[in-house]
Order: sequence, then structure tokens, then C-alpha cells
Amino acid sequence: MKVQDLIDKQIFHVVNSGDDTGREITGVFCCDLLSIAMGKAPADSAWVTVMGNINTIAVATLADVSCVIMAEGAALDEVARAKAKQQGVAVLATEEPVFDAALKIYQELHG
Amino acid sequence: MAEAIRLTYEISPDDFTRAGEASSDVKKKLKSLGVPPEAVRKVSIAMYEGEINMVIHAKGGLITVEISPDQILMILADKGPGIPDIDQAMQAGWSTAPNEIRSLGFGAGMGLPNMKKYTDEMTIDTVIGKGTTITMIVKI
Repeated sequence: MKVQDLIDKQIFHVVNSGDDTGREITGVFCCDLLSIAMGKAPADSAWVTVMGNINTIAVATLADVSCVIMAEGAALDEVARAKAKQQGVAVLATEEPVFDAALKIYQELHG
Repeated sequence: MAEAIRLTYEISPDDFTRAGEASSDVKKKLKSLGVPPEAVRKVSIAMYEGEINMVIHAKGGLITVEISPDQILMILADKGPGIPDIDQAMQAGWSTAPNEIRSLGFGAGMGLPNMKKYTDEMTIDTVIGKGTTITMIVKI
């Protein structure tokens, strides 16, 4: 499933569509501790978190995830939002809890 | 890419809004040089962890990156407090980061272990009260 496919399903709000919506999503990863996400989030995964500061965007870029999903109605702060635009990181958002958001992506990936 | 390319970055202290910029820049350069994605990811992760450590613990410092055809060398030098017990610092989960850092999502005690995990070689030279130099190599 590509980032654009996930956007088109309208399960999540689009905060920033990013530079490469043709990018494949190959898995889901959940964690709010950035150091753990940094070391463990697989490349090309959708990363579900409630942590919305500028470092979230840095970790997303450097760990090379396909997109970030902000769960629980958590928002990116101003600076982080600007950084996401600048770095071209796809960020989606939902009011749902982390597990439910991740499960929806998993179901889309695995039917 | 016959000769090594050398890049240097000054890391500002306590500036979390800029932390990660040096790593992001290196990532972009490696990508444009055609370095394989897995090596780019390893360098990005290891360097970012080091960069964050320098911001949290060491009042900034200097990062030098040397890109050669067969490896990427990173030297992170700071004039911070030094690491009293390296074995303890290398343990996953051990952290001396203050609470305000934890509230940003750091301080899980994974920095040094992540740096070790994602590099082929890592050495730590540290002198209490003088500073720490971490040298890391990722092979291409």
C-alpha cells in the first residue's frame, strides 16, 4: 500500500501529504519514546505516535519511515508542522487511540 | 567518489529545534552520492543519537564526517562533563537525562546502544571534566 492509498481511504486526516505519496508502506510501528523509535522503527513503516514535537519529524526522516500517524488527537506543534513541510514528511492524524490506528493500517496492509 | 569528502558541523547547545539538522544534511548528501539506503539509514540513526547526546549532555560540540568509497567515518567531539562509567552508559535503559528531556521523548537510555547497534565500529574516548570523543564507522 502506498502513502497515497492510505490517504485516499480517508481513515485519517491529512496534516501534511509530504514529498513522496507514492512511497510504499510495508509495516506499522508504535512507540512514543523517540530513542526507541529511532532504533527500532523499520524503514518504510507507518509510525503511530502521540509525540508531536520537532524531534518526531527528525526521527521520522532519519529512521526513514514512510509516514507518521498522530493518534489520540495529538497534534504537531507549529515548529514541527513547519519542519514536516520543509522535510517533506507525510503526517496523518486521528482521534483514535494508538492501537486502533495501527490496527486499521495493519488491516489495510494484510486484509 | 575517488577522494574522501569531509564535512564538519558545529552543534549548538540546548537547541532542540535545530538538533537533527546536521544528521539530516549528512543523510541528504549520502543519498545524493548514491550510498546504499541501508548504510544511509545506519549513519543517520547513529549520528542523530550522537547529536542529541551532545545537545543534552555536553553543551554542543563538533561533528566531522568523512565519506569514502568504502566507509563513512563520524567523529563527534565535545567538551562536556565526560562519561564516568562507559559500561553503565552503554547499558540499554541507563540514562542521566533530565525530566524536561524525557518529556520530549528522549532519555530512554538508548542513545549509545543505538549508536553501537547501527555502526560497524565505535570507540569512546572520554576524560572527566574535559569531554568525550566518539568515533564511529559505517562500512559501505
